[in-house]
Amino acid sequence: MTGVRTPVFTALALILCAAAPFVLTEYQATLAGFVGIAAIAALGLVLLTGISGQTSFGHATFLGLAAYTTACMSRYGGWPPLAGLPAGLAITGGTAYLLGLITSRISGHYLPLATIAWCASFFYLFGVFPGLGGFNGFGEIPPLFPGITRGTAAALIGLVLIAAWFLCANLLSSRTGRAMRALAQSRIMAESLGIDTAKLARASFVLAALLAGVAGWLFAHVQRYVSPAPFGLSASIEYVFMVVIGGASQLPGAIIGAAVVVLLRDQLTEMLPRLLGSSGNFETVVFSLAVILLLQYAPRGIAPALFRRLNRPTPDGSTRTLPCRRMSTQGTLILDTTAVEKRFGGLIAARAIDLSVHAGEIVALIGPNGAGKSTMFNLISGALTPNTGSIRLLDHPIHGRGARGIARQGLARTFQHVKLLPEASVLDNIALGAHLRGRAGMLRSMLRLDRAEEAALLHTARIQAERVGLGDVLDEPAGSLPLGRQRLVEIARGLCLDPCIFLLDEPAAGLRLQEKQALANLLRTLRDQGMAILLVEHDMDFVMDLADRVTVMDFGEKIADGRPDQVQDDPIVREAYLGGVA
Amino acid sequence: MDQTILLALLQDGLTTGAIYVLLAVGLLIAFSVTRVIFIPQGDLVSFTALTLASVIAHRVPGTIWLLDALCAAALVLSLIRGRWRAVVPYGVAPALLTLATCAAARYGAPTPVSMLLALTIVTALGPLLYRFAYEPLGEASMLALLIVSMALHFVLIGIALYSFGAEGVSTPALTEASFDAGPIAVSGQSLSVGLVCLVMVAALRWFFVRTLYGKALRAAASDRLGARLIGVDHALSGRAAFALASFAAAVSGVLIAPITPLSYDTGFEIGLKGFVAAVIGGLASYPLAAAGALIVGLLESFSGFWASEYRNIIVFSLLIPVLIWLSLARGDTEDRA
Amino acid sequence: MTLLTVENLSAGYGKAEVLHGVSLSVAARQIVAIVGPNGAGKSTLMHAIMGLLPRKGRVGFADEDAGDAGWMVQRGVVLVPETRALFTDMSVEDNLLLGGFSRWRQGARDLRPSMDDVFAVFPRLAERRRQLAGTLSGGERQMLALGRALMGQPKLLLLDEPSLGLAPKIVADIFRVIGAMRDRGIAILLVEQNARAALQIADYGYVLEMGRVALHGPCAVLAEDARVIETYLGRKSAARHVDG
Repeated sequence: MTGVRTPVFTALALILCAAAPFVLTEYQATLAGFVGIAAIAALGLVLLTGISGQTSFGHATFLGLAAYTTACMSRYGGWPPLAGLPAGLAITGGTAYLLGLITSRISGHYLPLATIAWCASFFYLFGVFPGLGGFNGFGEIPPLFPGITRGTAAALIGLVLIAAWFLCANLLSSRTGRAMRALAQSRIMAESLGIDTAKLARASFVLAALLAGVAGWLFAHVQRYVSPAPFGLSASIEYVFMVVIGGASQLPGAIIGAAVVVLLRDQLTEMLPRLLGSSGNFETVVFSLAVILLLQYAPRGIAPALFRRLNRPTPDGSTRTLPCRRMSTQGTLILDTTAVEKRFGGLIAARAIDLSVHAGEIVALIGPNGAGKSTMFNLISGALTPNTGSIRLLDHPIHGRGARGIARQGLARTFQHVKLLPEASVLDNIALGAHLRGRAGMLRSMLRLDRAEEAALLHTARIQAERVGLGDVLDEPAGSLPLGRQRLVEIARGLCLDPCIFLLDEPAAGLRLQEKQALANLLRTLRDQGMAILLVEHDMDFVMDLADRVTVMDFGEKIADGRPDQVQDDPIVREAYLGGVA
Repeated sequence: MDQTILLALLQDGLTTGAIYVLLAVGLLIAFSVTRVIFIPQGDLVSFTALTLASVIAHRVPGTIWLLDALCAAALVLSLIRGRWRAVVPYGVAPALLTLATCAAARYGAPTPVSMLLALTIVTALGPLLYRFAYEPLGEASMLALLIVSMALHFVLIGIALYSFGAEGVSTPALTEASFDAGPIAVSGQSLSVGLVCLVMVAALRWFFVRTLYGKALRAAASDRLGARLIGVDHALSGRAAFALASFAAAVSGVLIAPITPLSYDTGFEIGLKGFVAAVIGGLASYPLAAAGALIVGLLESFSGFWASEYRNIIVFSLLIPVLIWLSLARGDTEDRA
Repeated sequence: MTLLTVENLSAGYGKAEVLHGVSLSVAARQIVAIVGPNGAGKSTLMHAIMGLLPRKGRVGFADEDAGDAGWMVQRGVVLVPETRALFTDMSVEDNLLLGGFSRWRQGARDLRPSMDDVFAVFPRLAERRRQLAGTLSGGERQMLALGRALMGQPKLLLLDEPSLGLAPKIVADIFRVIGAMRDRGIAILLVEQNARAALQIADYGYVLEMGRVALHGPCAVLAEDARVIETYLGRKSAARHVDG
């Protein structure tokens, strides 16, 4: 959030906090406090779920860890409540880190199940651990400050919320924030841009836990009573509900969701028993029904309806650029595969393939279905490792290095099915490609110490956008562009990597004629500037017109290599394509 | 520990384990066909016990009204689309069932009849819950389906609390017999639990292996496109799978209530244990899930004896190494985080 | 008698429209081949005709407007997809029996005799009747897929790349079976990348290029047309840069 709105909102929020102790009644202040605490916890969950795409049904556990820590320290140890915060955060963060390590091996489908497992385990642990008061818990926990009123407590919670909000918002509009959103969208795409997805996933997880820890610490000293119940599976699911209702993909969703759930629950707790004539936790039923209906009909929650994706028309004040590589002279050997072979069980997908691409050259890899083109593509881009043979990039071996390492060496790629962040702006998407050229981590981003580097990254992104002809749509959401232009976004993103070779996977698929012509012109321009380009493509008119050299594969072997017209006339190639006589 | 206690714990563990087998199998069937992790299955266990106890106590159980409401909604939707033949399953059948239930509650009925009524009501609930809660989500991610499961769980608990109150109930055992086998008394109930579970597992196996409908359901789990191309309707197979899962839950409810009192929220915990067993089976293998169920039952029983407070922690923590092992064994094919 | 008519069909995935106004027709006792290079949209065409994708334009089967996949299966239209979609964890026998599921639902009780017919056509399958489908070789899987299709006693058979991944000799066998099916009265719409084999066996052919019908005609004529190879390997471009 930038522009004129941020100072206005901030001022408003601060005024609200200042006024709280004087304006709100006891009851309202208590309620406001709970909304605030829930919102802080929900912020963490939004970061985790909506933005980095992981889910936790165990979020409340982290509130509990911090709450119990500070409760014990202040109630039994006589420590001042403020001391409980770093201790609580240490325990929460440490546990989250360990859990993250343990579960880092668990794949996406199963991860939510693991969160259920530890949530249930910790719930029982809280209830059973000696000295914690069992399932009833214990009270008489000192307040934040002696003699603090409900109103002041609410104001303090509000201030913490504002601070947490700023840290999160800063994080989102930074290099790390972009990487987090890439993680949610597609791991393969993220890795191909050099992002360490495993490390980032763990870091987001710990950050979410720390936010929950802050909320837990506040909870202990405001509620002044801890028991396992508010930190169990039901509570965790409630936080998930808040995020679903408010909207998982944007920060405001956390506050909206928290407010809706807490306030509505308060109202319903009064209304429903009178309506239905008996007691029971009906408000939960109402929320659950709402969640089911939302997931069926409005899965993005409330926030998107209220807040269009805030595309910041950031003025380009910076002229600072990032250092880039010197392009090799025309004809230098950039990519070289020697005798590469890949077997899947008994099937030899690629056999003894020698492939080469030079600077200032466009090579097309073609062949009928099942020829092994995708296999070769995946071997070169690092998704697969060859059984034998070597793949060298500028004379460095890259086989077996993995997509991240290969990206570092200067290989950029696009995807057959475009992998973009559809709701982020075109500029943001392109800037994602420059991830490896920045260094600011989570902490620097949150504290806004990365502005200079960020400006340089965005400036680079602008330059690449102009280079491919997207200068006019920088602030549009990438998902709103036609397919041809989305491909250009992917190419610009790849260019931000400052590559020496570009791998394109069926770039012409699904494009209209003009879009194909524009694409071909762009590729020719890049080639003339010294780029090495390797493309896999089925559109023969497109390929034959564009490529300098064509390599043909069939049944896993290379059957021809030469100029387009040579290949078109080659009887072996014709045979391969038209098929043998049955 | 002397032999008597050991054998008693074994009996205990195997009995509960047998019930977890049923629940795990039901969960697996539902998951393999629909990709839904049917967490609320545990709540259906409670529902059955509460329904049965209600009828026996001469009260009309609230579950029948829930069933009627869902059937009415389904009937309206079908009629709007011009499918008049829907009147039979969604109009006539629930009406008859309601009459029978009210009669049984009012005038009393032999216990087996009441059991049958409870089983029928809960089994019929399953496919209706699938239709209204999950089907509208279409091809949603497993995660969205899981969130819906959680939400549905809360809805069912709320309904149970409203209809039946917070009291726990016990239902009559299948048999009060007990006989001596060596140093311990083997309870007839334990034997009958084991027997019923064996019979059900055998029946399910027969259904899946020997009948064409059963094979069609396996096909739906095996390859969605292939199933569609041979005429297996996706909605139909999902509902059939859920019917089987809720039948398993219903039978479990009838079997477990005599042993452990069930209230509106205790079924959930039982369901979670069945879920642990299904995960041990990799959410794919029935024999492994069955083995897992027995392990969970025994683990519960033995740790209940030695470290009773830590019993649940042990059982749930077991999930994590299992999940790690599963992920390593399967390989990571998931692109989204 | 025309069994299948497709008029001005357009379909795609998300933002990409793959087919642009394709028209064709298939009559009983006829094999119609659709050839064309990769990416032309051949599989999309099959899926759209079968009702597995949202589509624009008209598809008619036996004088009725075609509905979705369930509708098609009920009326005797069977698709063998490119991926074969076999039930790999079930036996060969079970796969075949399931092929007759729709008929069985409609009252047919002759699944066993039908299966014996299929075994007569594919003796290799008979030898492996109890084996799991996942353990079969490529050629055997294709046979099983075809056999499963036959169990539905189809009036119209849609075959998506039957020769994919198969050795030439097996391709010859498969195509012979396809010819025999036509002689039995089944209408067949065949999509193939292997243009030569397809045009040899079919009666009428369409060449699909980039989602449009580029050429069509009787196969005898089409097979000799030089323009077919152009759709596969691209038009010869104007004089390009000199070698170097």
